[in-house]
Amino acid sequence: MKSLHALHHQLSDTETQIEILEEGVGQKLGLPFFQRKMRDAGLFPLKPTTLEILQLNLGKMCNQVCKHCHVDAGPDRKEIMTRETMEQCLRALAESDIPTVDLTGGAPEMNPNFRWFVEQCHALGRHVMVRCNLTIIVANPKYHDLPEFYRDHGVEVVSSLPFYNADKTDRQRGTGVFKDSVRALKMLNAVGYGMEGTGLVLNLVYNPAGAFMPASQETLKRQFKRVLRDEFEIEFNDLYAITNIPISRYLDYLISSGNFEGYMEKLVNSFNPIAAEGVMCRNTISVGWDGYLFDCDFNQMLELPVATPAHQHIRDFNAKALAEREIVLNQHCYGCTAGSGSSCGGTTA
Amino acid sequence: MKTYYDPEDLKKFGKIGEFQKPLADKFFDYYGEVFAEGALTAREKSLIALAVSHTVQCPYCIDAYTVDTLEKGCTEAEMMEAVHVAAAIRGGASLVHGVQMMNKVKELSM
Repeated sequence: MKSLHALHHQLSDTETQIEILEEGVGQKLGLPFFQRKMRDAGLFPLKPTTLEILQLNLGKMCNQVCKHCHVDAGPDRKEIMTRETMEQCLRALAESDIPTVDLTGGAPEMNPNFRWFVEQCHALGRHVMVRCNLTIIVANPKYHDLPEFYRDHGVEVVSSLPFYNADKTDRQRGTGVFKDSVRALKMLNAVGYGMEGTGLVLNLVYNPAGAFMPASQETLKRQFKRVLRDEFEIEFNDLYAITNIPISRYLDYLISSGNFEGYMEKLVNSFNPIAAEGVMCRNTISVGWDGYLFDCDFNQMLELPVATPAHQHIRDFNAKALAEREIVLNQHCYGCTAGSGSSCGGTTA
Repeated sequence: MKTYYDPEDLKKFGKIGEFQKPLADKFFDYYGEVFAEGALTAREKSLIALAVSHTVQCPYCIDAYTVDTLEKGCTEAEMMEAVHVAAAIRGGASLVHGVQMMNKVKELSM
């Protein structure tokens, strides 16, 4: 499977995606604008709270090609964060008191400067989270020692596992992914991740393998804990239930399966003002592989930069200007405000 | 009206109160409470509802509770087993009446 980008697919164009989200495909979508919904909830313009997380996309290269990927990542993507941009990120961190650095991709570990960067963040005393797709750990011998590397630098590992069986997981993430994920989880457990008393945190991420909403986070956590322990002897700490955001490859899936209109309607009808209050763009800044700044990972993928024209790149990082900005909203934001809400840290309501 | 069943009609279920509000309100309050977490989990109740939907053969209910069970994190195997429970009870309900037939045969036969 190739990325939309490599296929020159119309949905690799972000303006086309935004147009579809606003107008629909063929027939007029006719859904209320997200900004209006937020105004009704007393949340427009949406302003940041305290900046707690700097989330960095270290590159779009990945060893997997998941059907729902909002990054459109894959082995054919060559965009990768340079060491120079990483140094600019470190300067921004050193000049601020942002406590958490959240590393994502693609597979962030495929960036040749990944380990150096983690060491630098660790040396700055920042909490580092890595969004590890698990299979990278077993993809190549050079990655086999990642669990030890994470452990030695106190890294929190956050890993996608859309279900506790091979069928659903492989349908979304590719053949053999579940088997490799189990192997990687066992390697993480073996060095202490997810095990009681070690302080080494291993959190899993669930997202629906289809055009439906996630189950309650607590219910899923109980089920995952039971099945993974009983059938695979795997332990983990927490589970985050995430709603699929209708952009990029997931948008392509929704349209080609005839589920787009129904899914959007469902998101709109499930708008929850309490979830909207806790959206992650209020305490996060997302840094693109090329250093540009965004309110969140999804705005990054739609090329909607932060509304601070003089400070849109990490080299011009200005915490004060960012704190005063208005967060850029569009129709895809319904994905984060539906039901119990959704963020990189799970539900928000 | 071109067909008796239209998937779009499912979305109008909540508007049933347009013709008789007090009873609809009572029904939806009751419905909401029935499906809340209780002695049974909401997940278990959803699987029961899926099975019953197949027993009453209601396309609206099958649509709604297929989505709901997926959204409760049920597996396809669990969902199909629930349908088999409905099928087994329906089949068993026919078959157990065979006892009546046997009784009658024995009553009439030498």
